[in-house]
Amino acid sequence: MSDIAYKVIIGLEIHIQLATESKMFCSCPNHFGDPPNSNVCPVCMGSPGVLPVMNKKAYEYAVRTALALNCQIAKFTKWDRKSYYYPDLPKNYQISQYDLPLSYDGLLEISVNGEHKQIRIRRVHLEEDAGKLLHEGNVGFSQVDLNRTGAPLMEIVTEPDLSSAEEARVFGAELRALVRTLGVSEANMQEGHMRLEPNINLAIQKDGKEYRTPITEVKNLGSLRALERAISYEINRQIADWQQTGITLETGTKSTRGWDDNQGVTVLQREKEEAHDYRYFPDPDLVPVVVEQLWVDEIKKNLPELPMIRRVRFRKDFGFNEKDAATLVEDRETADLFENALTLGTPVKTLCNHFIGFWSMHANQRNITIAQLGISAQRIAMLAKMVGEGKINPTAAAVIAEKMLVCTDDPQVIAEREKLIQVSDVSALETIIDEVLAANPKAMEDARTPGKKQQKSVGFLLGQVMQKSRGQANPQVVSEILGRKIGN
Amino acid sequence: MDRFLKCRECLQTKKMKNVIEDILKMTATELVKDIKTGKLTARQVVEFYLRQIERCDREMGAFISILDDHARTDADKIDSRIAAGENPGPLSGLPIAIKDNMCTDFAPTTCASKILIDYRPPYNAHVVEQLQKAGAIVIGKTNLDEFAMGSSTENSGIKITRNPWAPDRVPGGSSGGSGVAVAARMAPVSLGSDTGGSIRLPAAFCGICGLKPTYGRVSRYGLVAYGSSLDQIGPFGCDARDIALVLNTIAGYDHRDSTSVPLEHAADFTAAMEKPIAGLKIGIVKEYHAQGGIDPEITQAIEQAIKVFEQSGAKIIDVDLPHTDYAVACYYLVATAEASSNLARYDGVHYGYRTPNPTDYIDVYSSSRAEGFGDEVKRRIMLGTYVLSAGYYDAYYLKALKVRTLIKQDFDKVFEKVDVICAPVAPTPAFKIGEKVNDPLTMYLSDIFTISANLAGIPALAIPCGFTNNNLPIGLQLLGKHFDEETLLRTAWDYQKKTDFHRQIPEMVK
Repeated sequence: MSDIAYKVIIGLEIHIQLATESKMFCSCPNHFGDPPNSNVCPVCMGSPGVLPVMNKKAYEYAVRTALALNCQIAKFTKWDRKSYYYPDLPKNYQISQYDLPLSYDGLLEISVNGEHKQIRIRRVHLEEDAGKLLHEGNVGFSQVDLNRTGAPLMEIVTEPDLSSAEEARVFGAELRALVRTLGVSEANMQEGHMRLEPNINLAIQKDGKEYRTPITEVKNLGSLRALERAISYEINRQIADWQQTGITLETGTKSTRGWDDNQGVTVLQREKEEAHDYRYFPDPDLVPVVVEQLWVDEIKKNLPELPMIRRVRFRKDFGFNEKDAATLVEDRETADLFENALTLGTPVKTLCNHFIGFWSMHANQRNITIAQLGISAQRIAMLAKMVGEGKINPTAAAVIAEKMLVCTDDPQVIAEREKLIQVSDVSALETIIDEVLAANPKAMEDARTPGKKQQKSVGFLLGQVMQKSRGQANPQVVSEILGRKIGN
Repeated sequence: MDRFLKCRECLQTKKMKNVIEDILKMTATELVKDIKTGKLTARQVVEFYLRQIERCDREMGAFISILDDHARTDADKIDSRIAAGENPGPLSGLPIAIKDNMCTDFAPTTCASKILIDYRPPYNAHVVEQLQKAGAIVIGKTNLDEFAMGSSTENSGIKITRNPWAPDRVPGGSSGGSGVAVAARMAPVSLGSDTGGSIRLPAAFCGICGLKPTYGRVSRYGLVAYGSSLDQIGPFGCDARDIALVLNTIAGYDHRDSTSVPLEHAADFTAAMEKPIAGLKIGIVKEYHAQGGIDPEITQAIEQAIKVFEQSGAKIIDVDLPHTDYAVACYYLVATAEASSNLARYDGVHYGYRTPNPTDYIDVYSSSRAEGFGDEVKRRIMLGTYVLSAGYYDAYYLKALKVRTLIKQDFDKVFEKVDVICAPVAPTPAFKIGEKVNDPLTMYLSDIFTISANLAGIPALAIPCGFTNNNLPIGLQLLGKHFDEETLLRTAWDYQKKTDFHRQIPEMVK
């Protein structure tokens, strides 16, 4: 394979569930995790005689996203019916937008290994989600849960501007950060809020000629890791396939493949010949949407600082590295929390360390964002300030942080209760140090003697003092006194 | 049992017998007045119509569900409210029959289809809510061509409905049951739905009034869709005042129907119709009369009616609707395309009929639909599916939409010159049962004069204007400007004050 020169061509279709209160065309709660078929009504169940009514908030969210993606906003759009039969689709058609999407022609800039690249956005449109089939046990039938039916779904389609699995992953991450910053979606991938479908093919150079492999679309990828793996797999598979069969874009057909995450392979689902005729036509139950420029301007005016720009600022102003800046900025609430805590007069360095350190660790353990830990900016700031002022040491800060998650006490109160306030009082520390030195004459001797053991012994004595003070001794003050007593 | 005795008792008293004679001839407007003033009780009125249903409907076949218990309970509630000095609303105690394609949570809604034979909706249609709020009593659900697809009610998957003027003839369709319910005085008023003439044709064939309101005037929420951009609910009644009475209640904006139109002022159609029609400009469509095949007796009756209008001071003007010839073709592309999509949901998966022994999940779909739908419904689903298929869409559906625009423009131009268009409802009176069943194209031509109003979205009213030599009713159609039902009702009422065709009752139901 290594002897073949090729370019990878990838376009992405991304479906993102919008975080509106109600569904796309009815007033049912747009909420998941409830018992099956509890968030349903005649409209989303497709009962005879019902009519859809557009959710304006969903439209606004999509426009907000489109504006952040530098898209053109259509002045006039309509809704179309896309017909296919499937048990999770009670009307047997999906309301979507076909030839007049609500926005088109945008751009999103990504940064891969320090290189910036602009990915063109073909369109952003809205549609309704389908339900879920439950195949539980070998009972000879399946069950349908319609809670998700009619949930607002935003589809974003890129031009085929991505040229590696890594770029696709970075694009996905950038988009996820964007929609979170915009507050239009939680974009929690594990809960299926964001599903990715890459279209992949290769331009292979051989003997001065270019061969294009048939395009494959991998359906329904639920994580950025799966996206990256599926694309890498497809690249290798397409090369091997081309070498074996010689089939190209012109002689082959477009196919749809599924991703088997356990096996790490893509599996053929259907060839183009079997493709549906969706029989799109304008939905006569919905009126066309006429968008007023003033409304668009208002949304544009209220766009928050976008992740790309905020990341740069976080690196420049607060000294985060690229990765940490990206992690923090990915979630707008978390980035806001950081900045709010900072305005309370908190030392930047300490606060950065806390965010990258224990706060993100606790968030990750719970699979939520730092903001979702629910700790106020005030308490976060207090903790960082206590470290800055030398009231507690960094180790104690981590212990206090853990306690802060389970009670509402201020860090100061916790520190006192847990006896974690640093002892910086010289005479009190001297007493402890003298005791330690008296109990460890050998170590004291080694610490005085330059050589291999010296450094280790100083550390040992310091540790003994810390232990004896139950962690409350101010390590800086201790090493000063210790140094003086040993005579170094 | 108690209730049964009480009912017999109340119908058997001598006083009641006179009342019964009266009710048969009373209009809905008069009934409501008498109920409100205590001259009649809602219960007495309901008992009268239930008895009339019992007497006539075995032969007529107008009803799919007779809601006797429901109607009696509602009537007693209305009566106790009136006794307590309350005003239960503008339709206090008025029984109404409803076409069985409008959802009711208190009775099955079958659309006269095997596929929905036991279907009980989880909600009430907007019009049903409005009627109940106004004090009306739903007395039954009426027969129709399956999913409102047809012109004779012979396409019902349940039974045929007979014309009370000639039981060997059809009542027209698709709202045949609602037309017959009023014509046979089994209900004082009823609701139908009109996609291509489904209210006006039965009204004409049964000798009563029927209005298709402007598209957007009445919420379609809860009307089982056939052709969504054409469907509109409207009332049947004996005279124009009864139509106005019901329209007052069912018209108006409903946020659940995006195509219903918010108007600044709620219209009072009853108040508007007493104005005389002197000076009104009435258009006669040249193309309609150039069309061959209009029964001469119908032409004659229409000409007579025009004379009545002229005597009232209306001006008669010849007008052109040049795209009339394309209306039927255009309609059958638009309506079937929408129908093929609207009816996709009847699949045996979520509700309704499911084939008993499917081989796999695809078979659940294909066999449930093959066994559940009748021939005409299948014909239209297939035609509509074809119309929307890749490669045909532009040639058929898109072209039809363009033609539809031209037809609308025809009307816009005509209504710059006239206030109302006067036309026949149908080229023939009621035809014999079975006569056109095997010839769908001939059947489709029954709607040749009614279809254009649906394509243009304008209101159109059918009223009786005479009888043929063998005593079959003849219908006259008045078409108006968008949201100008008032002028239609005013014109009709003026005519009805000078004629008595609308007061005729078929011999067999007296």
